[in-house]
Amino acid sequence: MSEQKRDILLDVRHLQVYFPIKSGLFKKVVGHVHAVEDVSFTVARREVFALVGESGCGKSTTGSAILRLIEPTGGEVYFDGENLSALNEEQLRLKRRDMQFIFQNPYASLNPRMNVWQLLSEPLKVHFTLSPEELKNRVEEMLARIGMTPDQLWRYPHQFSGGQKQRISIARALITHPSFVVADEPVSALDVSIQAQILNLMMELQQEMELSLVFISHDLNVVRHISNRVGVMYLGSLMETGNTEEVYRHPAHPYTQALLSAVPSHDPANKSKHIVLEGDVPNPASPPTGCPFHTRCAYCTEECRQAKPQLREIAPDHYAACHHMIKGD
Amino acid sequence: MNNLLEIRNLRITTLRGKSKVLLLDKVDLDIPHKCSFGIVGESGCGKSITANAIMNMLPYPLSISDGDIRYDSRNGEVELLKLDKKAIRAIRGQEISMIFQEPMTSLDPIFTVEMQMYEALAFHHPAMTRQEMRDRALEMLHRVNIPRPEQTLASYPHQLSGGQLQRIMIAIALINDPRLLLADEPTTALDVTIQAQILRLMNDLKEQNDTSIVMITHDLGVIAETCEEVAVFYAGQIVEQANVMELFHHTAHPYTLGLLQAVTSLGGESRMLYTIPGIVPPGGQWSQGCRFADRCARCTERCREAMPALTEISPGHKCRCFLNSEEVEA
Amino acid sequence: MKREKKPVINRALPGNESLLRQLWNDPMGRAGMIGVGLVILLAVFAPWIARFEVGKMNSKARFAAPNATFWFGTDNFGRDIFSRIVYGARVSIIVGVVAVSIAAGFGYLFGLIAGFFEGKAESVIMMVMDIIFAFPHILLALFIVAVLGKSIVNTMIAIGIVNIPVFTRTVRASVKTVKSTDYIANARSIGLKKMAILFRHVTPNILAPFTVQATLALSGAILTEASMSFLGLGIQPPDPSWGSMLSDARKYMEQAPWMAIFPAVFIIVTILSFNILGDALRDVLDPKLKL
Repeated sequence: MSEQKRDILLDVRHLQVYFPIKSGLFKKVVGHVHAVEDVSFTVARREVFALVGESGCGKSTTGSAILRLIEPTGGEVYFDGENLSALNEEQLRLKRRDMQFIFQNPYASLNPRMNVWQLLSEPLKVHFTLSPEELKNRVEEMLARIGMTPDQLWRYPHQFSGGQKQRISIARALITHPSFVVADEPVSALDVSIQAQILNLMMELQQEMELSLVFISHDLNVVRHISNRVGVMYLGSLMETGNTEEVYRHPAHPYTQALLSAVPSHDPANKSKHIVLEGDVPNPASPPTGCPFHTRCAYCTEECRQAKPQLREIAPDHYAACHHMIKGD
Repeated sequence: MNNLLEIRNLRITTLRGKSKVLLLDKVDLDIPHKCSFGIVGESGCGKSITANAIMNMLPYPLSISDGDIRYDSRNGEVELLKLDKKAIRAIRGQEISMIFQEPMTSLDPIFTVEMQMYEALAFHHPAMTRQEMRDRALEMLHRVNIPRPEQTLASYPHQLSGGQLQRIMIAIALINDPRLLLADEPTTALDVTIQAQILRLMNDLKEQNDTSIVMITHDLGVIAETCEEVAVFYAGQIVEQANVMELFHHTAHPYTLGLLQAVTSLGGESRMLYTIPGIVPPGGQWSQGCRFADRCARCTERCREAMPALTEISPGHKCRCFLNSEEVEA
Repeated sequence: MKREKKPVINRALPGNESLLRQLWNDPMGRAGMIGVGLVILLAVFAPWIARFEVGKMNSKARFAAPNATFWFGTDNFGRDIFSRIVYGARVSIIVGVVAVSIAAGFGYLFGLIAGFFEGKAESVIMMVMDIIFAFPHILLALFIVAVLGKSIVNTMIAIGIVNIPVFTRTVRASVKTVKSTDYIANARSIGLKKMAILFRHVTPNILAPFTVQATLALSGAILTEASMSFLGLGIQPPDPSWGSMLSDARKYMEQAPWMAIFPAVFIIVTILSFNILGDALRDVLDPKLKL
């Protein structure tokens, strides 16, 4: 799919999130954590875009900043042509009907003192004026959709298993029929056999409700399965992005290559040949100059230490930010 | 003893209110010398408490209600569960040591790495001088590939990354040359690239030493990468046990098969993933028949009535399922 | 169907059992409830329980030791100590409840503002609270009474003001904890208004520490009242107060030890009951401990 034909719903341009580091008696700002650094990507309608990367790479912050749950310090986010960064608090609040967020940990993201009825009816009450009858119908319809029964309506979160809780959070996010959802590691707190149930549910709902989804995950297998397009993040920057299969088959960036090779194989006869990266991710409070990955990269040259490479198209719908790949090809 | 560790008929119970609830049910396990042994299962299946039982470190209100654990120590065979507190402390760290899931919280934040490494040494070698301890600590940090070991020795845990802390945990666990290392989800809290580093390190260490490793994990990929022998736990029992090749290529138990399909169907042709319906039944809610029956696609009337026994279906391959053997649990 | 009735929104906590039943099932909770219940019964039914008029003096029966007529003996004016203790319970409970209500009301408001809105408001509020906190409780209360004048109302106001900082701090700390949870972020992502988040999501979740604090503060307030009355700046004669009864007893310790023993026992038992109840409440209200 070329850029022109895609029906763009979300357009993230040069997103930047810095967190101040405060120190001392008077809370003086002594520096900034560069959580998200100049990230740009687009998500089309009915598309699943995955943000993948290791902990601390800024993928979750990016997800929250898109919806302005965290205020970005720079850049713009266009949602359906409208600049979200320019909205005031009330306009943004009303906009949330169309764009929702699914949290990682269902144990923490549901108010322990609200029962399922309260949890599911609340978003509807906020955004619609419904008769009690309509309200009840919509809640029960959603409840049935996530595979739960009306007698579970009066139970509280602690009476459910982890998988059921995540079903409830998904229902809470989708009950207003949003067109766009950010899901932040929605299955990583769950057991393997439960993960598959939740992923299937999410894929079904995404198709049925024609959702655009930004799916944030560190699990490369899950990302490959669920997403159409992917963005690989490292130290706050997007290193490689494009069609998921294309990126997984022909990873262009040395970091993506190492990341993909690190995934354990599920066949003991055919163990993965890991590219083992030495060292650790640098501190985002003092990121390296030039390419963020140069401190761990086997192909690092002087140029990488000096200048930060930009994303360039290396194949149709496949972009990478690396000096060498661009020259190599 | 032919094996390094032999667990027989181990039962662990917990208290719920005033009633005892079974969490681990008659587990037999043999860990050979110089073996990497995998224990795989979902949360609540009893894999971690088995490791804690070996160390005699079950937290209240858990207790061992039956069974014995024999261990072939350097000074001859011992019954781990019959040792007094002093004797078990001599075993811990020296003979058997353990690493945990959360390196961030497993080290004491108010002491330097140096102090924590010396502490582990000084307990078992009271005669060691400071210089000897320092040399030994540096040697261990070298072995776990810590860059700049001198600097790391003087650091506090919060100054180090998760991957470095897990290396240090491994260094501390191995500092007294234990013969058995219990690793409870050692890479679950780490990123994939760091996980790859740690798994490679553990494989190398096993090659270099006489150490057996028990790798407890929920991740079949980690098992496939590191283990020779595997036991699959489900609802407090072993449901299948075999050599790793045999287990992955001639899977016998429907639960193991389900776990494998759940992960391998990722990236498969079908968009819908293979799922095992329902959840693991928690302790106290186990049926008298096969505990997997409610979630099993091939469940029959018989599975609900009687519990299949763990029987050998081919040399070295044990399975607890009526599809493979008619034997009923006594 | 019974299930289809409107769900109860303002239920204090999740679960099927009522709070009181859960407390009753806990041995410590039961002990606390019985103790507190008895004191409240004494206070409410004082006119029926008391055997004599509270101020009635009897010159013939001065310093009578406990006997069939005067269960707890009499004091230097020949007043029945049992009756005075019963009415004293009334004073203690009223002072405690009113003072704690003042403290809790203002403390909740200040704590909520400081914790939820943060910034300048928080700095100012917490600065004032720290200053109040810096004074010893009893000293500050005595000072306030000295300025306002000695009366039962002023005693309650003084004890109330003194207790505001503890509530402010408890509420502020809980609000901050709750505010950083995922379910508050979730409520924001749903598009809830600030006030709705504050009252529907934050408040119910800080109710537990708040209730516990209130119970503990009640015992503190009763103790402060007793101390103030003991020093002569609390409840004024002829109103009976456990503290002033103790104070009167000082001079006659050897002659009539019962004058001191009974008020002291009642103060101790009351304070202990409230404290035990507070601790039991803390356990019962913690949703994490329940399964």
